[in-house]
Amino acid sequence: MSTAANAGFSLMANLPALQVVVPMVAAPICTFLRFRNGPWAFALLVSAATFWISANLLMQVLGGDVISYEMGGWAPPFGIEYRVDTINAFVLLIVSGVSLIALPYALRSVEREVPRDKHHLFYAAWLLCLCGMLGITITGDAFNIFVFLEISSLSTYMLLASGRDPRALTAAFQYLVLGTLGATFILIGVGLLYIMTGTLNIADLAERLGPVSDTTSVRAAAAFLTVGIALKFALFPAHFWLPNGYAYSPSAVGVFLSATATKVSIYVLLRFQFTVFGDIPAFAELDFATLLLPFAVVAFLVGSTVAIFQTDLKRLLAWSSIAQIGYMVAGIGLGGIDGLTAGIVHLFNHAVTKAALFMAAGAIFLRVGSMHIDKLAGIGKTMPFTTLAFVLAGLSLIGVPTTVGFISKWYLILAALQHGATGYAIAALVLASSLLAVIYVWRVVEVAYFREPATNHEVTEAPLSMLLPLWALTIGCFYFGLETGYSVDIARAAAQSLLGVTP
Amino acid sequence: MMWTDLPPGLILLLGGVLAAVLPHHGRKALMLVLPFVGFWQLIDVPNGDHAVVSLFGAELVGSRIDSLSLVWGYIFYIAALIAGIFHLHVRDRMQDVAALTYMGSAVGAVFAGDLISLFIYWELTAVTSVFLIFANRTNAGFRAGIRYLIVQIASGVLLLGGLILHWRGTGSVEFGNIGIDAPGGLLIFLGFGIKAAFPLLHNWLQDSYPQATVTGTVILSAFTTKMAIYTLARGFPGQEELIWIGVVMTAFPIFYALVENDLRKVLAYSLNNQLGFMVIGIGIGTELALNGAAAQAFSHILYKGLLFMTMGAVLYRVGTVKATELGGLYKSMPMTAGFCIVGAASMAFPLFSGFVSKSLIISAAAGEGMWFVWAMLLFASVGVFVTTGIKIPYFAFFAWPKQTQKTCNEAPFNMLLAMGVSAALCIGIGLFPGYLYDILPYQTDYEPYTGSHIVTQMQLLLFSGLGVAWLMRTGLYPAEMRSTLLDSDWIFRRALHRVWRATVEWGTETSGALTGGMRGWVNTVIGVAGRLGGPGGLVSQTSKPGTGVFWLTAMLGLYLLVFGL
Repeated sequence: MSTAANAGFSLMANLPALQVVVPMVAAPICTFLRFRNGPWAFALLVSAATFWISANLLMQVLGGDVISYEMGGWAPPFGIEYRVDTINAFVLLIVSGVSLIALPYALRSVEREVPRDKHHLFYAAWLLCLCGMLGITITGDAFNIFVFLEISSLSTYMLLASGRDPRALTAAFQYLVLGTLGATFILIGVGLLYIMTGTLNIADLAERLGPVSDTTSVRAAAAFLTVGIALKFALFPAHFWLPNGYAYSPSAVGVFLSATATKVSIYVLLRFQFTVFGDIPAFAELDFATLLLPFAVVAFLVGSTVAIFQTDLKRLLAWSSIAQIGYMVAGIGLGGIDGLTAGIVHLFNHAVTKAALFMAAGAIFLRVGSMHIDKLAGIGKTMPFTTLAFVLAGLSLIGVPTTVGFISKWYLILAALQHGATGYAIAALVLASSLLAVIYVWRVVEVAYFREPATNHEVTEAPLSMLLPLWALTIGCFYFGLETGYSVDIARAAAQSLLGVTP
Repeated sequence: MMWTDLPPGLILLLGGVLAAVLPHHGRKALMLVLPFVGFWQLIDVPNGDHAVVSLFGAELVGSRIDSLSLVWGYIFYIAALIAGIFHLHVRDRMQDVAALTYMGSAVGAVFAGDLISLFIYWELTAVTSVFLIFANRTNAGFRAGIRYLIVQIASGVLLLGGLILHWRGTGSVEFGNIGIDAPGGLLIFLGFGIKAAFPLLHNWLQDSYPQATVTGTVILSAFTTKMAIYTLARGFPGQEELIWIGVVMTAFPIFYALVENDLRKVLAYSLNNQLGFMVIGIGIGTELALNGAAAQAFSHILYKGLLFMTMGAVLYRVGTVKATELGGLYKSMPMTAGFCIVGAASMAFPLFSGFVSKSLIISAAAGEGMWFVWAMLLFASVGVFVTTGIKIPYFAFFAWPKQTQKTCNEAPFNMLLAMGVSAALCIGIGLFPGYLYDILPYQTDYEPYTGSHIVTQMQLLLFSGLGVAWLMRTGLYPAEMRSTLLDSDWIFRRALHRVWRATVEWGTETSGALTGGMRGWVNTVIGVAGRLGGPGGLVSQTSKPGTGVFWLTAMLGLYLLVFGL
């Protein structure tokens, strides 16, 4: 259990609460900081603090402990419990880490893409979004998940629409419509569970669900929750909000959200699937994650195919995200320690890879002013460092050995091969989809290196504040591809804890 | 012997062949004389099967004269004569030949005693009648004619398929009561249904009739659909589905007729509605109802022909039948206006032909206790009077004259004569329904002019007329507009066209795979992927929230289905 709750206020003992409270309190403060770069610096500071907290939390639970924190001193199941175990500590680290590394990058990008008088609101929304995602991850209460989901969603709508591109408004509106629908489904699911069990605490739900598990209400709850959450992580065909949302929002938002928002939703899926419904025998034959498997396969095939035909670089990356989400869900759908490990490790690996790619795209946008692929001619000469980083991260997207993308696919294929003929087919499709990724990455490489730059427009290398985070992540793609000790081991530990297997 | 065994249809058909070589006056003489010859043959030859031939082991009956076929035979010859008079001034060999052969085929179909002969005549009516549409010699007319021909041939193909199945199933090609239980019967039913303009199969009618020539429309309106009604009465009497098909048929054209601008198209819609009465009568299938269907076909040919003739005369003199461009013609064409009113009144008013024939069907529905059908029939009978019976004379002859209106002459004498004959028959049948009732298939002592019939009908008509007058005074009546109505033929003409185009496009892409070897396969895969995933492709569209909501809901539905079971 938690490190002893000492008398009086102990910083270390209250870390779970601080994880959420710090960005939440910081957000309104941020709106008062209206001087140049003030909101940004403040957000960076807060982000660093949350990252430090998540790192500490992960350290505390890596040994297999579970932190149970009683919000306001109310004991569960009556009060709200914050519960940290390996898996959500891992997700917390990803979210706060991405925020921390995306913010330095955001400075120049936001300066250009968001009107100056909106900066304080932009960073406040950023912090709220961070708070929402951390809250979703850390809370042990089903209804609390919904509340934080709404906090993160509302701030996401704002972030998406904050740029100058008018198309972002319709994209944000579309996400508003669909996201509201998804949240409603989740609320209905949670409501049904509450009716059937009388509790909202996740650990408590899992215990009380047993006797009533074979009822239509619980099954309906499972269906509503799965579909509602699937919308949030943009599983094909619930992906409609994603491509435009990521493509037309400010670059920094694309970096931040593509690496975090969908990952958090997948965590929620894991939580409901394994912790809440996991012990129920009725679901063993056809659990709701298994039903996701065909969707996942279609998602990575369609996502990769459509990405090939995109003319907008960010849309290309967004469609590639839909494919990558397919890989994660495929891992979860395949099940077992290996499948789950593959899915969870890809959460991390894709966060690193896609954040790097969106950063490169954003840097190019800053200098070129367009995301149309034809406008990127010769950019390999004018922006050599940015383009090189893009290509290296692209290799990771494809899954070339020594990159993190390879690690993910390796485990995914290992998991698939345990499933007989179907598994072989899925493995073959994963490889085919990787080949499609070669094509769409190559399209960019070809334009960037093999076409002469337009002479009338001087393009210079991206500023250092963007290059540094970009290269940090790009190196991360390779570092974690070679040194799998952290990511894979943590993912495996998380998978084991989800499945209730002792290592 | 020869005379008795001469299939009735051949008289006009051979006349048509002869007309192909005769000079103008000879052709006109044939058109006036041959109906009398044919009529006399029907009176002269005793009832029964004649011209029986064995062919391929099937017994073909070229001429079956009985009480049912005789009703249609009589009215077809009367219509042929009136059409001949109306057509007298036209100097066009193509139309003369087409009209004679077409009318002959329709008569032949009515007296065909077996399905094979019926099929031959059935296709002949299609092939010959299309020239009455082509004869307008306009591009729109040509295209409408081709569409018409496709539909008519499709009907024949269904009939052929059905008759083969029916033949193999029962071993007989006799054209009797078929029933739709066997697949063959169902195909035949659909084939008949197309020509009878069943709902959703009806568009060819409104599409093509207004495109035909002035006289062509008059001729077309009399034969094809009524021939189909006859075959339904012969093959499917008492088929309950027909009642509901008929109910829909009587109801929906009213609304189209109300807003349509082209007055000949208005008539085509109301023709569709009147066919519904007959279909209901056949569906009810009692002796009274079948009598009603036959009587309705008889009187309907007369008054609908009369209305088409008046509109034809207007078109002939003014050059248009658009409601938006007509008005005040009663001054220049008083006789035509008068005949038009007679035709309109004949649809529903007591003392006119439509009343005495519709009453049979309405009473039959009441007699079987089908009160819903009964109410629908009353509604449709009044509705069609309001939308057609008032609209046609009003907009053509009495509405406030438009600025562009020119004065014109009264219709030619032969047209007036043809209209006069029709009008006289309409009134005659209305005054002396006994003569019509005597030739009906079944003995009847029905009395149309009972107090309750007349009072009910008059109340409905007068109140509806009052309603229309009030709507027009207050400006609530839908204003006539130059517009195109979207009917269900949009599905056939646009949506199917798109499907076809998509198929062709996909076909071109995929056929490369079969012919181009490995390279072809690769190109095909790329092409198909591009079509689906490329800009604007099926799966790469992201712009509409509705699509997203649809898929999300579909996904939820799937999950609820899987877990709910």
